[in-house]
Amino acid sequence: MINFFLGYLHSNVTPGEAGNLIWVTIYVLLVFGGVSVGVIFMNWFERKVMARMQVRLGPMRVGPHGLLQPIADALKLIIKEDLMPTNADKVVFWFAPVCVVMTAFCSFIVVPFGRTHAITDMNIGVLFMLGVSSLGVLGVMMAGWASNSHFPLMGSLRSGAQMVSYEVAMCMAVVSAVMMTSLGTGTGTLSMIGIVQAQMQQHTWFAFSFFPVGLIALSVFTVSMVAETNRAPFDLPEAESELVAGFMTEYSGFRWSLFFLAEYTSMMAVSSMAVTLWLGGWLRPFPNLLGGRNWDVAFSLVPGLTFLTLAALCFFSYTGMPRIASMRSAAIGLAVFGTVLGTVGIVMLLPGVRERVQDIFWFILKVSFFMYCYVWGRTTFPRYRFDQLMNIGWKVLLPVSIGVVVLTALIGVRQELLALVWR
Amino acid sequence: MSDDQFYESLDEVEPGRTFLDSNELVLNMGPQHPSTHGVLRVILKLDGEKVNGIECVIGYLHRGIEKIAENRTWAGFAPFVDRLDYTAAVSNNLGYCLAVEKLLGVEVPKRAQYLRVILTELCRLASHQVWLGTHVLDIGAVTPLFYVFRDREDILNVFEKYCGARLTTHAFRIGGCRWDAYAGFAQEVLHICDDLPPKIDEYRDLITGNRIWLQRTKNVGHISAEDCIAYAITGPVLRGSGINWDVRKAQPYSSYEDFDFDIPIGTAGDTFDRYVVRIEEMRQSIRIIRQAVEGLAEGPIIARVPKVLKPPAGEVYVSIEAPKGELGYFLVSDGSAQPYRVRVRPPSFINLQALEKMAKGSLVADVVAIIGTLDIVLGEVDR
Repeated sequence: MINFFLGYLHSNVTPGEAGNLIWVTIYVLLVFGGVSVGVIFMNWFERKVMARMQVRLGPMRVGPHGLLQPIADALKLIIKEDLMPTNADKVVFWFAPVCVVMTAFCSFIVVPFGRTHAITDMNIGVLFMLGVSSLGVLGVMMAGWASNSHFPLMGSLRSGAQMVSYEVAMCMAVVSAVMMTSLGTGTGTLSMIGIVQAQMQQHTWFAFSFFPVGLIALSVFTVSMVAETNRAPFDLPEAESELVAGFMTEYSGFRWSLFFLAEYTSMMAVSSMAVTLWLGGWLRPFPNLLGGRNWDVAFSLVPGLTFLTLAALCFFSYTGMPRIASMRSAAIGLAVFGTVLGTVGIVMLLPGVRERVQDIFWFILKVSFFMYCYVWGRTTFPRYRFDQLMNIGWKVLLPVSIGVVVLTALIGVRQELLALVWR
Repeated sequence: MSDDQFYESLDEVEPGRTFLDSNELVLNMGPQHPSTHGVLRVILKLDGEKVNGIECVIGYLHRGIEKIAENRTWAGFAPFVDRLDYTAAVSNNLGYCLAVEKLLGVEVPKRAQYLRVILTELCRLASHQVWLGTHVLDIGAVTPLFYVFRDREDILNVFEKYCGARLTTHAFRIGGCRWDAYAGFAQEVLHICDDLPPKIDEYRDLITGNRIWLQRTKNVGHISAEDCIAYAITGPVLRGSGINWDVRKAQPYSSYEDFDFDIPIGTAGDTFDRYVVRIEEMRQSIRIIRQAVEGLAEGPIIARVPKVLKPPAGEVYVSIEAPKGELGYFLVSDGSAQPYRVRVRPPSFINLQALEKMAKGSLVADVVAIIGTLDIVLGEVDR
């Protein structure tokens, strides 16, 4: 039993592939916990970034720089009265948020945070992710229908139409990336890990293959994924100024927070899909330009150093805090937070740990970039109108993505033929 | 059509059916809704996203201000008009004071007139800033709201220093002004004039060139010049449709004839043109303020008026160009110390009529954009 448990530590495949159920369970818990912490952090991060862009401070009161604000909010939502409209369809109304959350979290089963850091690797990984994440629309439709009210109904109809239409362009863009995996080897793969490994073998991220075809595919995917997750400027299903809160209007308290959780989780899921397919997943940047053993070591130190920098920032901010009684707990909290970050940073610098951890770090860094762009877009853009949204989906993105698929195929075939000739 | 008839037409077939069974969906936007600018209730008949019918229900903010006037003295009613259009309290005050002064036949000193112009134009800037922030917010951009409120703060600070209040200022008195310009008034106002144009450029950079903004506003809420006249629409909405009518130029009051400024005019009569007109109006207001501050002559700030005002019996109608359009006051005096009747012609109320004309056949999202572009304030609509 213990051997079974420890044996996996030396394995170089995911626990799902190794068939090690204990580690699968541990990984599921880790991913679930990590994603939830990510949502909590994202909540704080979004409010802070938006605040900074909007000449205000954002949360400042709960914890140092409002760090504990999301936890306070979550607590508030949990202890709120559980309301259900009288005319609502009880079962469906109850099941809708559960469905949305389940599908959002399920897609993380195949997301590879590193070569071994995934719950499992499926040979149809991309298909699985697309399938599961598109199930989320069911929950949204259920929520709108079960609420038995006007605004949610319209919100869910909008969201249904929107998610279905953008899925098409999204899948087309994905097809182009999947086609690229077959270059050189002749056999492509749908496995998430396989796609990253293909990028490693080809010494390029697919975003930069067949320049600019890969980039166009990535941008089509990026636009579609924003629409898919109902975020600004495509946040019509929950357009506050028109539909109050869209399909979530009748939800409150914990059920509402489940929708919130699902929204941010699916944002992270689609971002990790974009990162995996086009931006080299867990691979570190500049493997060609800055290759070699020394650079490898240097890059493996980055995660630990990043955490140490964050810790230093915390301590710097601590020294700048006014020495008054009302700020004491916040100051101590900030120092403790800095200490925790610093400890994590030091642990991450240890040889043995840093090799295994840096994959996760690079992956999360790339996902964070997308998350930042989500926030950036939200503060910058006005909202599209429904017909304009449909126009973009069907008349712009779909033709472009089909063109990208055709171009990828043509250029790929040409490259393979040339390779044959030269050989 | 009354409410009852409206709902009856829905379930005339069988009483048990719900809105889900009908092809038309009746959506009650408001009175509690994020983007109806207060407590406006709009009943929409929707076919999917398309608006087939639209009806405004107003009166949720009715406070009977016109009736209150009949139980107040002429001067005692002045603070109440601040509560009509609470984003442009100074303009309301100016209109009422001008009307009573005309009834009394009082000539306001030049310095007071210039002070009034400065404060009214500052108030126009503040009102247009609120309009811009909320209008853009309705269309989905959250950030400009904070920028305009940041810049509006400077103007409100001037109001606060001048008369002690920021929103409901009661800045003027019948016959002139209660307070003279405080020390440093001119510098602060000129500072705003220097500060604001780059900030207006900032709004422009953020909004005007944005493709989504253009798509959301061009050809949305179109109203022709003829329709504008037929509906008696005034203000930027009228000028956006290409009609050169501004009370400040047409019937100058409070020395507006002394100042050199342009009336911006749109051509298409759509939401985007009205946006451009208002932005340009802000620049013109800055021009006026600059001239007024430079021309501010020494002298008395209030004419000699009796303590208890008893205007001679008669009636008078005076209108001014408020930020939202022509704001008129119709006063009837029976020679006593209290008004016999005060009737306000609020621009918001009259412009709001055009909502049905502009929004019919458009989409739900456009209704919100059109309510924003009409720039209504429910305090003024309901009174």
